[in-house]
Amino acid sequence: MGAAPASRDVTSYGMGLAAPLALFFLLFFVAPLLQLFWLSLHNDTAGLHWGLGQYLHFLTDPFSLGVLGSTLLLGAEVTAVCLVLGFPIAWLYQRVGPKLQTIIILIVLLPLLTSVVVRTFAWIVILGRQGIINAALQSLGIIDTPLKLLYTQFGVVIALAQVQMPLMTLPLITALGRIDSNLDDASCSLGAGSWRTFFRIVLPLSLPGVIAGCTLTYAAAITAFITQSLVGGGQMLFMPMYLYQQASTLQNWPFAAAISIIFLLAVLAVVSVFTTLGRLSRGHGGA
Amino acid sequence: MSGRRRTLEALSFELVMTVIALIALIIIIAPSLVVLIVSFTSGFSLRFPPPGYSLRWYVELWNAWQLHFAAKNSLIVALWATGLSVVLGVAAALAISRSRTLSTRLLDSLFMSPLVLPALAFGLAALMLFSLVGLPVSPLTLVIGHTVVCVPYVVRNTVAALAQLEPTLLESSAVLGASRLYTFRRIVLPLIRPGIIAGAFIAFMSSFDNVPVSLFLRDAATDMLPIRMWQDLEGKLDVTIAALSGVLIMATVALVAVMERVTGLSRRLTN
Repeated sequence: MGAAPASRDVTSYGMGLAAPLALFFLLFFVAPLLQLFWLSLHNDTAGLHWGLGQYLHFLTDPFSLGVLGSTLLLGAEVTAVCLVLGFPIAWLYQRVGPKLQTIIILIVLLPLLTSVVVRTFAWIVILGRQGIINAALQSLGIIDTPLKLLYTQFGVVIALAQVQMPLMTLPLITALGRIDSNLDDASCSLGAGSWRTFFRIVLPLSLPGVIAGCTLTYAAAITAFITQSLVGGGQMLFMPMYLYQQASTLQNWPFAAAISIIFLLAVLAVVSVFTTLGRLSRGHGGA
Repeated sequence: MSGRRRTLEALSFELVMTVIALIALIIIIAPSLVVLIVSFTSGFSLRFPPPGYSLRWYVELWNAWQLHFAAKNSLIVALWATGLSVVLGVAAALAISRSRTLSTRLLDSLFMSPLVLPALAFGLAALMLFSLVGLPVSPLTLVIGHTVVCVPYVVRNTVAALAQLEPTLLESSAVLGASRLYTFRRIVLPLIRPGIIAGAFIAFMSSFDNVPVSLFLRDAATDMLPIRMWQDLEGKLDVTIAALSGVLIMATVALVAVMERVTGLSRRLTN
């Protein structure tokens, strides 16, 4: 028994097990993105002439910049709505018994797993001219003619907020669950009111969850192609549809590639801002 | 006096938070309920509340062969993508779960990046590469593309399950003379199985529902269900789609209920 290889760590596995997936990603994820980048650096659709023409075109074209701006703004609006609505859910979750907790989680989880087309379709039914909101307002005599809710920015924001809500709520529930409830009691017994305790103790301590939720919600909201195009209609153009039109309808691959790269960089920039904020907030919490 | 003010203040806080939470929960659940109700309409429009109730659109759905064909394609691609994701993802999760070196953290970020990067950009990129190397779009390219965007769910859930595993269990097993493979089969796998199943379930659902990758990587003959539905909705508001949505919602509820039993899905996603 003395010959047992005691030095060998039996609790971990070799890195070789990651090789198949790493190779798969190299071939089918990294290589395509590099090829996308390579093509975006060409001025002609055949990909023969090098140049920054596609990027110059995008960055000097008010229309393209407008699409980028409205996409980033849409993400911010959806994230804000999700945070304001999602935080109270996470707060309520910590306050109810285990049975209700499971019900809340399942309610939150269900839309995450329901088809996005189905969820978006539901909003068309709700926001449409004969939809619930218009029917209710008309039967109450508040309005005479149906309101235009579908194909508006408001419609897109509310539909996207519902579609992405689980991505915000789940990290918040996790973060709030990690806060020592004694801190809450201590703050209250030291004379701080509930509102003050919430904004000065609970909210700062839950920042890692807030940031994780915001990152996921933002990234998902700006790329949510189906909801954007069905609820927004033809009038509103956001980056994913712009990209798709250029690539598919117009077959302008280099420009579509440049749009993709700019869009990727925008997403990465937002994610890294959130990640940096997250690191700062954790440092703050530990101090 | 101040005590009374404080309780009023506490009450106002609790009231505001509870009311917003309830409104938010209603907003989350309402769309699915509305679709379910509308799908049983007897009329020809998506008017709510429906003028009457019937199963006519479910009968219509029964005969909608285009939707059946698309559903079958989506199901086959989702099953293959999930299978591939589990094989590749679980192996990778085992490798990166207990190591904190820079290279494992980089690999972890790489494997997770499809979750935040715009899938439509990836779909376009994959199409460009496949056409460059002369691989025509087919169910195979669909499975490859779907696997890239689905494997993160398997990796994440398996890593989380492995993190809960007591290392002493593996040590005891080794001390008692079990080989690594035997320990894996008899100790590790049974303990992480719920995590793998939960990850596979989410991967399957997200593949079945994927539009952005399928949009670029399918061939004309391979119609996918969510794309078919999307294009139907762009054209006309067909009540058959409401019936199909009803079926999908009920199937999701049933699957989530089963998964909750088998894997404790709800706890898994909040820890």
